[in-house]
Amino acid sequence: MWRRWFLPLCLTLFLSLAALEVQADLKIGVAGAHSGDLAPYGIPARDALALAAEKLNAAGGLLGQKVQLVVLDDVCKPGVAADVANKMVAERVVAVIGHICSGATKAALPIYQAAKIPVISPSATSPELTLEGRYPLFFRSIPHDAKQAMVQADFIVQKLKAKTAVIVHDKGDYGKALALLVEQELKKRGVKILMVEGVTPGAVNYSALVRKIGREAPDVVAFGGYHPEATKIVTQARKRRIKSAFISGDGVKDPSFIKIGRHYVEGYYATSPADISGLPQTQQVNQELADRGQSSGNFGLQAHAAFTALVQAIKRAGSTDPEAIKKQLHAQTVDTVLGKIHFDPQGDIVGAGISLYQVKDAQFVDLNFQPEP
Amino acid sequence: MSEGFYYLSEIFFAGLTRGSIYALLALGYTMVYGILGLINFAHGEVYMIGAFVGLVFASLFSIMGYSHLALFAVALAAAVIWAGAYGFTIERIAYRPLRKAPRLAPLISAIGMSIFLREYVILAQTSDFVAFPALFEGLPDLGPLRDFIQPGELVITLVTLGVLGLLFVLIKFTKLGLAMRAIAQDREMAMLLGVDSDRVISYTFVLGSMLAAVGAILIAAHVGQINYHIGFIVGIKAFTAAVLGGIGSIPGAALGGLILGLTESFATGYISSDYEDVFAFAILVLILIFKPAGLLGKNRQEKV
Repeated sequence: MWRRWFLPLCLTLFLSLAALEVQADLKIGVAGAHSGDLAPYGIPARDALALAAEKLNAAGGLLGQKVQLVVLDDVCKPGVAADVANKMVAERVVAVIGHICSGATKAALPIYQAAKIPVISPSATSPELTLEGRYPLFFRSIPHDAKQAMVQADFIVQKLKAKTAVIVHDKGDYGKALALLVEQELKKRGVKILMVEGVTPGAVNYSALVRKIGREAPDVVAFGGYHPEATKIVTQARKRRIKSAFISGDGVKDPSFIKIGRHYVEGYYATSPADISGLPQTQQVNQELADRGQSSGNFGLQAHAAFTALVQAIKRAGSTDPEAIKKQLHAQTVDTVLGKIHFDPQGDIVGAGISLYQVKDAQFVDLNFQPEP
Repeated sequence: MSEGFYYLSEIFFAGLTRGSIYALLALGYTMVYGILGLINFAHGEVYMIGAFVGLVFASLFSIMGYSHLALFAVALAAAVIWAGAYGFTIERIAYRPLRKAPRLAPLISAIGMSIFLREYVILAQTSDFVAFPALFEGLPDLGPLRDFIQPGELVITLVTLGVLGLLFVLIKFTKLGLAMRAIAQDREMAMLLGVDSDRVISYTFVLGSMLAAVGAILIAAHVGQINYHIGFIVGIKAFTAAVLGGIGSIPGAALGGLILGLTESFATGYISSDYEDVFAFAILVLILIFKPAGLLGKNRQEKV
C-alpha cells in the first residue's frame, strides 16, 4: 500500500518544485559588508539597490518577471566572501552586484567565474581585478585606484610641468598603494623621483621628514594617505617656506582637511571621483533614500548605477544568458545616477571619472582638468 | 657653515621637539612605576584629555578676543588642572581598590581605564579630527635662527626644560619629593615612619598627569589638530622611552625621551622615515641587551 503511493508522491513533489522553479523571480545577488566595522560601506549600496529593485518591480519587473534581491553579508572578509559566492551560485542568481571590499571581491570572483555569473562591483577599486583580465565577467561602476594615480601623474607632468617629485605615504593599504602607483606613473612620464618615504600615522610630528623634503626641494610632493597626516605635513612644510606643490587622492578631499589645514592647505591639489550631486536623477535617488531614512553614503550611487546598467543589459539581451549580458554591458551606453556611462573592454567604468580639485579660498574647486592623451 | 651642518642641526632640533614630548609623558610612567610598580596604561589617554580640555578653553577664550599668549596660558592652566583631576580620579577608581591585588589586576584595570577614556571622548566630543587653535602663530620670527628651529619648537623645548627643572626641585628639595623617594625605596618602611603613602601616591598620579597635559598642549598648539586617538602612539613611545632610560628613574625618563626622539629624527633624516619605528625599537633592544635595567635604572632586587 505504502509503496504504491510512494513513487507518485515523489513525482508530484518533484514536479511541483519544478513548477515553482519556473515561476520563481529573477534573482540578483547583493553582496557586501552589512555588519561589522566596514558596514558603512556596504549598507548604502544595499539600500540603494533595494530602492531600485522596488521601483523596477512596480514598473513591471524585468523580462516579465519580478526581480528578487538575494542579500548576503560578507563582512568584508575574503573567507566569508567565498562562502557568500557559493551561496549565490546555489541560489542561481542571474548576476551579482558586489562585493564591496577589494579583498572580498578577489576571493569571490573565481567562484562566480566558474559558475558564469556576471559581477558588477560598486566599490572594489583594486586595479588588478580588471587589469589582469582574469575575470571577463567582472565589471565595476567605480574607477580603479590606478585611475587616480594616472590623473595625478598627467596633471603633474602636463599642468605643473614638474621635473622632480617626492612620494610620501602613510604605509596604509590605501595610501601606500596609491602613492606607489603615482610613483610608477610619474616614472613612466620621465619625472625624477627624489625619494619615497612612509610615515607612521598618528606620530607626534613630521618635522624631520619635512626638513628632508626641504633639502630635496622637489617640484611636487605626492602624498598618499588621509587628511590628518596630509595637514600636518603640509602645514609644517609651509611654515618652513617649502614651495613645492602638494597633491593627494580622495583621502584628503574632506571638509576637515580645509578646516584643520586653514590657509596652509591653499593650493593643495586632490583627485577624487567627480562630484555628481547636481544631476537631477541623482538628486531624486538621494531624496528618495532620505525619505526612507537612508542615504546613498559612500557607494550607494555606484551600486544604483550598476543596477541600472545590469537591468538595461538584460533587457537588451532579452535573456539572462551570462555571455549575452556581458556582450550588452560592453556594447551599451546607459544613463545612470552617475551620468552616462559605459564599460571599457576590461570592464572598467568610463564616463564617471576622476576630477582634479584644488583648494582655493577654503573650497575644493574642480579644475576641469582633462589629460591630454 | 656647510649645508651638511645646517641639515644636521635641523634634524637635531626636530628630534629635540619630539623628544621633549616623549620625556614629559615618560616622566608620568616612570614616577608611577617607581612608586607602585605599576604601568599606568591610561596615561596616554590623560594626555589626550588634556589636549581636549585645552581646546575647549582656548576656543572659549578666543571668542572673548584674548591674545595668543593669553590663550596659551589659559589652555595650559586648564589642561593641567583637569588632567591632574583625572589622574587623581583614575588612581582612586582604577588602582587604589586593587592595591593589595595580584600585580596583573591593576594592569588589566589600567587597560580598561584607557579604553573607557577613549570611548568617553568619542561619545562626549567627537571621533573626528578637530582643529586646535594655532597658539604659536603670534610668536615673533627668530631671525637668523629660523633656519634651524621654528618658534613653536623653541617654545616646546624651553617649556619642557623649565618643567623638568621644576620637577627636579620638587623631587629633591620638598617634603613631598622626599616622601615620594622614600616610598619608591621601601613603601612599608616609609609607612612605618609616618608617611601617608596613599596621599603621596595620589600626588604622584596628579603630578604625572599634569606633566602629560603640558606635553599635550605644547604639541597640539604646534601641529594644530587633535583627536581621541592621539594618546595611543605617543603613549607607547613614551613608555618605550621610560623603559629605555630605566623605568623608575626620573632623570632616566627625561634622557630616554630625548634619546628616542633624536633617534627617530635622525633615522628619518638620514635613512628613511619608513624605518623610524624600527630604529626607535632597535635602540631599545640594544640598550636593554647591555643595560637590562635601562640607561639610568637600578637593578631591583626581588623582594621576598
